Amino acid sequence: MSTDTLAADLETALPTTLFRFATAGSVDDGKSTLVGRLLHDSKAILADQLDAVARTSADRGFGGDKGGIDLALLTDGLRAEREQGITIDVAYRYFATDRRSFILADCPGHVQYTKNTVTGASTADAVVVLIDARKGVLEQTRRHLSVLQLLRVAHVIVAVNKIDLVDFSESVFRDIEADVQQVGRELGLGSDGISDLLVIPVSALDGDNVVDRSERTPWYTGPALLEVLETLPAADELESHLESFRFPVQLVIRPQGALAPDAVAAGLDVEAYRDYRAYAGQITEGSVKVGDKVSVLTPGQDPRTTTVVGIDFAGSSLEEAAAPQSVAIRLAEEFDVARGDTIAAAGTVREASADLYAALCWLSPKPLREGQKVLVKHGTRTVQALVRNVSGKLDLASFKLEPASTLELNDIGHAQLRLAAPLPLENYLHHRRTGAFLVIDPLDGNTLAAGLVKDHPGDHEDERYSI
Amino acid sequence: MSTSNDTLVSTGSTDAPVIEPVEIPTRLSSLDTLESEAIHIIREVVAEFEKPALLFSGGKDSVVMLHLATKAFWPGKVPFPVLHVDTGHNFPEVIDFRDRTVERLGLKLVVGSVQEFIDRGELAERADGTRNPLQTVPLLDAIQQNKFDAVFGGGRRDEDKARAKERILSLRDEFGQWDPRNQRPELWNLYNGRHTVGQHVRAFPISNWTELDIWRYIERENIELPGLYYAHEREVFARDGMWRAVGEVSQPLPHEEVITKTVRYRTVGDMSCTGAVESNAFTVGDVVVEVAASTLTERGATRADDRISEAAMEDRKKDGYF
Repeated sequence: MSTDTLAADLETALPTTLFRFATAGSVDDGKSTLVGRLLHDSKAILADQLDAVARTSADRGFGGDKGGIDLALLTDGLRAEREQGITIDVAYRYFATDRRSFILADCPGHVQYTKNTVTGASTADAVVVLIDARKGVLEQTRRHLSVLQLLRVAHVIVAVNKIDLVDFSESVFRDIEADVQQVGRELGLGSDGISDLLVIPVSALDGDNVVDRSERTPWYTGPALLEVLETLPAADELESHLESFRFPVQLVIRPQGALAPDAVAAGLDVEAYRDYRAYAGQITEGSVKVGDKVSVLTPGQDPRTTTVVGIDFAGSSLEEAAAPQSVAIRLAEEFDVARGDTIAAAGTVREASADLYAALCWLSPKPLREGQKVLVKHGTRTVQALVRNVSGKLDLASFKLEPASTLELNDIGHAQLRLAAPLPLENYLHHRRTGAFLVIDPLDGNTLAAGLVKDHPGDHEDERYSI
Repeated sequence: MSTSNDTLVSTGSTDAPVIEPVEIPTRLSSLDTLESEAIHIIREVVAEFEKPALLFSGGKDSVVMLHLATKAFWPGKVPFPVLHVDTGHNFPEVIDFRDRTVERLGLKLVVGSVQEFIDRGELAERADGTRNPLQTVPLLDAIQQNKFDAVFGGGRRDEDKARAKERILSLRDEFGQWDPRNQRPELWNLYNGRHTVGQHVRAFPISNWTELDIWRYIERENIELPGLYYAHEREVFARDGMWRAVGEVSQPLPHEEVITKTVRYRTVGDMSCTGAVESNAFTVGDVVVEVAASTLTERGATRADDRISEAAMEDRKKDGYF
C-alpha cells in the first residue's frame, strides 16, 4: 500500500475499537502456530521480526527440505522458551485490522494450564480453544471449557486445527463439533444468553479459515476466525449496558489549593476549584448520568443516598459516562467517602456481608488449608479473611464437585471465608467485576487464588453456577 | 439458527453460524479504552503505594505516560516526582524539553547520573561506547536512595519479546531483579502491588499500547514532543545500518563519511546507540502515516543495544533495567 492511499485510509477510517482475546490449547495442538498465523496474515509482523524468526527456523532445520518459517517462534519471548521450544508464561501480542485493535493473551497449554487460562480469560472478551482435528475433544479441552464457563467468558470459539491433516474431512469436523456441543450443553455454555460457542475448522499451518475463508473446506460456510473476532461485541460494551451502575472509589481528588500549574496557566478558575472534591475511579459496569440517584456503600455503614452533580474528566464535564471509563464523580452531599467505598445506582445493591462463599481457582504452589489467614482484595479494598472451610473440589472432566478439605495448584474448589470487614459482594454470575476478588498471601504478598463470589447458601441458589 | 436447547452453538453448516446480532452502540474507541485503563492503573498505584515516581526521559512513551497522569489527577497536581537516569550522552534538546516539562507541571525532578558513577569509578565505560546498559545501576541507586516503592515505566509489550511477558505491576527483588519465570498472575483489573521491605514494583500503565497507538494519541491530544521526533536536517554518518548523529559523544570513524540528511528519531535514548531514520514526516500526522506503513520495529530500526542478541532486552531487564 502506498503511503498516499494509507494516508487517505487513515483520514476516512472510523475509530477502531479494542477487543481482547486469549488462546488456550493442549500440548502440540498448534496454538503458537495459530497465533503466529494471525499475526503474520494480518501483517502485524514486521520485517526485522520475520528475519529473526526465519534465521532461527533455518538454524533448526524447520520443515526439513521444504524449509519454511516456524511461526511458533514469533510468540516465544523468553530465552528458556526458545531454547526448550515451549511456552512458559502468558504473552501479550498486538495487531490491528481496519475495524479493531486486538490484544491477544497467548496462554501456554502444558504446565499450569489452569493458572494461565484463568489469567488470560479473566480479561478476555473471547477465548479461542484449540483442538487437534486428529485427536478430537480431549480431557484437557473439557477442562478448558469448564474454566471458561466458570469465568463467564462472553464468547468461546473452538478452532478445530490441523484440518489439513484429516484431508479437510467434513465428517471428522462434524463429529468433533457434535462433541463440543455436547460438552457445551453439559456445562451450560451459552444457555444463559451471556456466552456463546462457535466451532470453526482451521489449518493454522496453511492459514485456512484463519484470516480468510478457505476454499478447501467448501462444506463450511461460516466466517473465518478473524472475521468472528472483528464482529463479536466486547465484554465492556456488553457490561456498559447493564442497569446496575458500579463505581469502586480509587481515591479522592481534593487539591485544596495544590492545583495543576498547567491547568491554572490554561485559565482554570482558582477560586472555583478551591473546595473541589471528586471521587476518582473506573466504572466497572453500567452507566451514570448527572442527576442520577446513587448510593455510597461504606463497609460497616448503612448505604447513603445522594445525587450525582458532576462527572469530570481532565477538564471536561460529561453528561454521562459508562464502563470502562475512568472519571471523577462529584456528589450533592459532602459525605465522607474514601478509597474502598463503592458508588452504585441507588437501590440496586444488597447488604454488604462478612461471609464470603466463593469458587477459588488456586494458583499457588502453597496449598490452601482450612483455618488459614489470608487477604482478600475486592474492588479497591483489601481486608483480612479466615478460611473457614473448603466444601469441595471440582473434577473438571466430569464437572462434579468432589469432597476436599484442601486446594492445590491448579485446583478449582468451593470455600467459605469470614471477612474482617463486610464487603459489597455480588454474585460473579451477574457481575463479572464486583463478583471477582484476589486471595493474597499476607506473608509474601503473592497472589494465591482468583476468587468468584457465589450466592450465599439460603439465598436463591442459581443452579447454573454449580456446574 | 439456534440449536434445540437455545444455545448459540454454531454448526457451521448450510447457513452462516449464529453470531447473535447484538445492537450495541460503541461508546469508546480503542484509544479511549487504553487511556481509561492507563489512568486506572496510575490511580491504583498512587492510592496503594507510599512513594511512587515516574521514569521520565523526554521520550515519547514517558511523555504520554506523564500526560495520562495529569489527566488522572486533574485539577490537582501530579502527586509524584519524576525520575530521569541521565547517561550524560543525551540529546541536548531532549534535556531542554525535560526541564521545561517539569517546570510547566510544577514537578520535582530526581536525576540519577551515569557520569557521576563513572567519575567515582563505580561504573566502567563500555568498549562500544554505549551507555544504555549502564543506566541500571544509577536507576536502582536512585530508587533506593529516595525510597521509591513504585516506579512508573513507559515500557510497552509490543516493543520486545521479553516485554511481551511483563506484568502491568511487576515485582523487583532487593537487587532490582526481574524473575520472568515466577511472576504473579494478573487477574481482571485487580492489581496486586504487595511487596516487602527492600522490594519495589515497576508499574507499566501503557503496557497495552502499540507504537501506532502512542502516535495517534499524541496527535489526538496535541501533546508536545522534543523536536527530533519530527523530520529535520542533521549531520549523520552510517554505522550498523543506522544513521548516527554527529555529536560530542558520537564521532564518526575515519572511514565513516558525514553527510546531511533529512531524518527523524523513532526512539530517543542515549545518543551513542540511538539511530535516526530517513524521513519526511514533518508533522505528527505525517508520523502516524509513516508508523502505520513501517515494515521495521522501532527498536530493530533504531537501537544498537537491542541488536546484540535475541535476548538482549530480557538480560537487561533481569538485572533491573527499565
